[in-house]
Amino acid sequence: MAGHELEPVIGLEIHVQLRTATKMFCGCALGFGEPPNTRTCPVCLGLPGALPVANAEAIHYGLMIGMALDSELAPVSTFHRKNYFYPDLPKGYQISQFDLPLCSGGKLGEVNIHRVHLEEDAAKLNHAGASGRIEGADSSIVDFNRGGTPLAEIVTEPELRSAEQVGEWLRLLRTTLRTLGVSDVNMEEGSLRCDANISLRPTGSDQLGTKTELKNMNSFRFIERGIRAEVERQRALIEEGESVTQETLHFDPKTESITSLRSKEEAHDYRYFPEPDLPPVVITEAMLARAAAELPELPAAREQRYIDELSLSPESARLFAWRAELADYFDAVRASEASLEPQQAANWVTELQGRLGDQEAVDSNVTAASLAKLASMVASATINQGGAKQVLDQLVEHGGEPEAIVAAEGLEAVGGADELAPIVAEALDANPELTERLRGGDMKPIGVIVGEVMKQTRGRADGKEVTALVRQQLGLS
Amino acid sequence: MPEELQALSAADAAAAIAKGDLGRGELFEHYRARAASDELNAFTWVAESMPESVDGPLGGVPIAVKDLFCTEGIPSQAGSKILAGYCPPYTATAVANLEAAGAPILGKTNQDEFAMGSSNENSAYGPVQNPWDRSRVPGGSSGGSAAAVAAGLAPWALGTDTGGSIRQPAALCGIVGLKPTYGAVSRYGMIAFASSLDSAGPLTRNVTDAALFYRNLIGRDSADATSVSFPEPIALPTSERLDGITLAVPAALVDGDGIEAGVRDSFEAALETARGLGATVVSCEIPSAPYALSAYYVIAPAEASSNLARFDGVRYGLRVDATNLDAMYTETRHDGFGDEVKRRILIGTYALSSGYYDAYYGRAQRVRTVVASELSAIFQTADFIVTPTSPTVAFGLGERTADPLAMYLSDLFTIPMSLAGTPAISIPSGLSDGLPVGLQICGPAFSENRILGAAHALERAIGFDGSSAWSAL
Repeated sequence: MAGHELEPVIGLEIHVQLRTATKMFCGCALGFGEPPNTRTCPVCLGLPGALPVANAEAIHYGLMIGMALDSELAPVSTFHRKNYFYPDLPKGYQISQFDLPLCSGGKLGEVNIHRVHLEEDAAKLNHAGASGRIEGADSSIVDFNRGGTPLAEIVTEPELRSAEQVGEWLRLLRTTLRTLGVSDVNMEEGSLRCDANISLRPTGSDQLGTKTELKNMNSFRFIERGIRAEVERQRALIEEGESVTQETLHFDPKTESITSLRSKEEAHDYRYFPEPDLPPVVITEAMLARAAAELPELPAAREQRYIDELSLSPESARLFAWRAELADYFDAVRASEASLEPQQAANWVTELQGRLGDQEAVDSNVTAASLAKLASMVASATINQGGAKQVLDQLVEHGGEPEAIVAAEGLEAVGGADELAPIVAEALDANPELTERLRGGDMKPIGVIVGEVMKQTRGRADGKEVTALVRQQLGLS
Repeated sequence: MPEELQALSAADAAAAIAKGDLGRGELFEHYRARAASDELNAFTWVAESMPESVDGPLGGVPIAVKDLFCTEGIPSQAGSKILAGYCPPYTATAVANLEAAGAPILGKTNQDEFAMGSSNENSAYGPVQNPWDRSRVPGGSSGGSAAAVAAGLAPWALGTDTGGSIRQPAALCGIVGLKPTYGAVSRYGMIAFASSLDSAGPLTRNVTDAALFYRNLIGRDSADATSVSFPEPIALPTSERLDGITLAVPAALVDGDGIEAGVRDSFEAALETARGLGATVVSCEIPSAPYALSAYYVIAPAEASSNLARFDGVRYGLRVDATNLDAMYTETRHDGFGDEVKRRILIGTYALSSGYYDAYYGRAQRVRTVVASELSAIFQTADFIVTPTSPTVAFGLGERTADPLAMYLSDLFTIPMSLAGTPAISIPSGLSDGLPVGLQICGPAFSENRILGAAHALERAIGFDGSSAWSAL
């Protein structure tokens, strides 16, 4: 294989906890950090004799997801049992879907969707002991509060090609689900979980290489880092002439190491068969109509609206539309100062987000109103760009009101011939040699003069205005 | 006085209580004392005193409940060591319905482990003896319920039927057993054997008792997604004739080799009685019947292998401590399950395995569809299909335990209806060498009223007296 360019082939399996009032197959309220085993009943504890009843709201959410992903919705969908033993699985099987999932096919952004199906979440295991895993644990305890939480599993086609693309696409998916209101989509809290199937192949080939499955990465950053690490691991193996083994892997973000959870030989035979306790789900016209009626504006439509109605640049439109929190923040900024030019508002939101890293603007110290105020102060030339960026630094750090910061720090723009002309004249006087060169048509030293004026005004002057004044005072055209 | 009490059917006792002629405490204590001195091993638990019971159409007449029904705070062990001492935190809907209708729980009855068996010999709590001959089995899996009613230790009992587990022990014990239309009775709280086949129903002394019991048992349950609303109320049967009724006899099945001569004679006599009541008897064919047994013994174990996965030692029941998780699972299930249960888990696991699913489970489900359509076709021209309930009378304890296939043949006549989900009743048709023979009457889905009517007419005409099986008063 050496000598060929290798391209990663990545498919994703995303588990989304649905924000229904009750669990997938029983009447227990969903758990949100209550004391262990207080959100349980005979059904979600898998007690003898207990039977599941499918949650209609979860099916409704599933249909909304399918519609948002442009999937084909099954007229009749069935639940299957996926059989395996584990202490977090009280019945010894997970009720999931197999050959008749709720949604088939579909597309989000540039990535095709394979299927979306509904299932129940497992309980939460806690292992006492140094290993942190069930192997070698001193003891393990189970909290069934999470067990039975409704999950939508979204499976993509293996069409993603890089860790960065995965990160960007997952944000779009998260925004879509968040906009639908079907999930909290919080990776740290586990309401959005992602497994990645990764393989490499010679660029341009249509064959798939041997894949590995990277399990349960719980932040966007870890997903990108994990995929990058696994791609490099496979690349090294292939380039050394070795082969990739099909296995399930765990990425440890602390050490950046990848360890094997189980190999193909150890893979389960899940013995899927139709869940006899649940009749097939028949999707009626009324169910479809209700799901369609509740669909909000989706990211693709929002992106287009930003371009068509606000004349945002395509980059800004996509950045916001694919990241609903940011778009909502942008909308709030505009609502706060109606006179703001949308692209200017967009630029300031982008400027702010650039300083926040993973933090969302809405969670930062900078309120939409104060960012709007700042942007409008720039627009009205009350302060210039440089001053405004200093104010923004302060807002990010401490919060507060832009006007107060401007006043306290004396950051008002210095402008107009009255105020600026004497300072320019002073700078020219102080540098007779450079002034002579300028007069002689050698414009190189003008930067030094502008710099001198900026120094005197502590950055509050506008560079263009200073340049114009220099030319004017020296009688240059 | 005990003799008079004992002679009352459940319906008669309920009527006597309603009229004020009989105290419900007196009735309860009569049966409680008899159940407590049970020598047949029919009971696994007997109430110490009468539970508070409500007024209702069942009038305080107590019920014996098959062990696999969950009863809050009362041992519910499904005949298995793996659930030894297990007391559930909730009560099965079927039991709760009966309690709400005024029937207090008298006791829990012995059964084949997880309802897997036709002789009650697969119980972790020991075999049950047949009150007609204590060296013989009572049938199974609802053997304890059948023996308790036949021996007069309980007025009536709740059982379950997956492939014949109500009808066959009813036949072998000389009482009435009704397997309902699938879905008519909630399965919530019934410890599952094979979910798509399990049905709860009554074992009673006579057909009227069965109707009264069943009337209060049925109903759609929001906790069981497969339960359905029964389309009409269940009437107490009054029919005395069978005029205009056509009975279809599956000739090839009934004329087969495995059927005992005494059973055949009793069956023929019952047909003659039916003709005398005005019925027409015709012959029919269920071509898929030979495959029904095989299909059943794929589908039921497949579902069981999954249903029984929850008995893993983690949350309840037996746990055998071991050095790691896999060993704990293995040791717990090794020690907790009996041989027949293990056999079926293995069969079922195999049948569902990747690569074998289509050849076994998939094909068995297709057979099931064919059986159902063949029965349905017969019901286009006949009112009922009638067969002997069991090819033999009660066999000896230990006689078939070494030969599972011979044991499985006990269900030959009952399994087609289980696969089709259609209702069927077994009533006594007489004795063969002093042992009861059962007659099975099956109809289409939701035909229970008509089945009970025909059974009532035949019961009257046959005049079977089961009182000789009552244990000493």
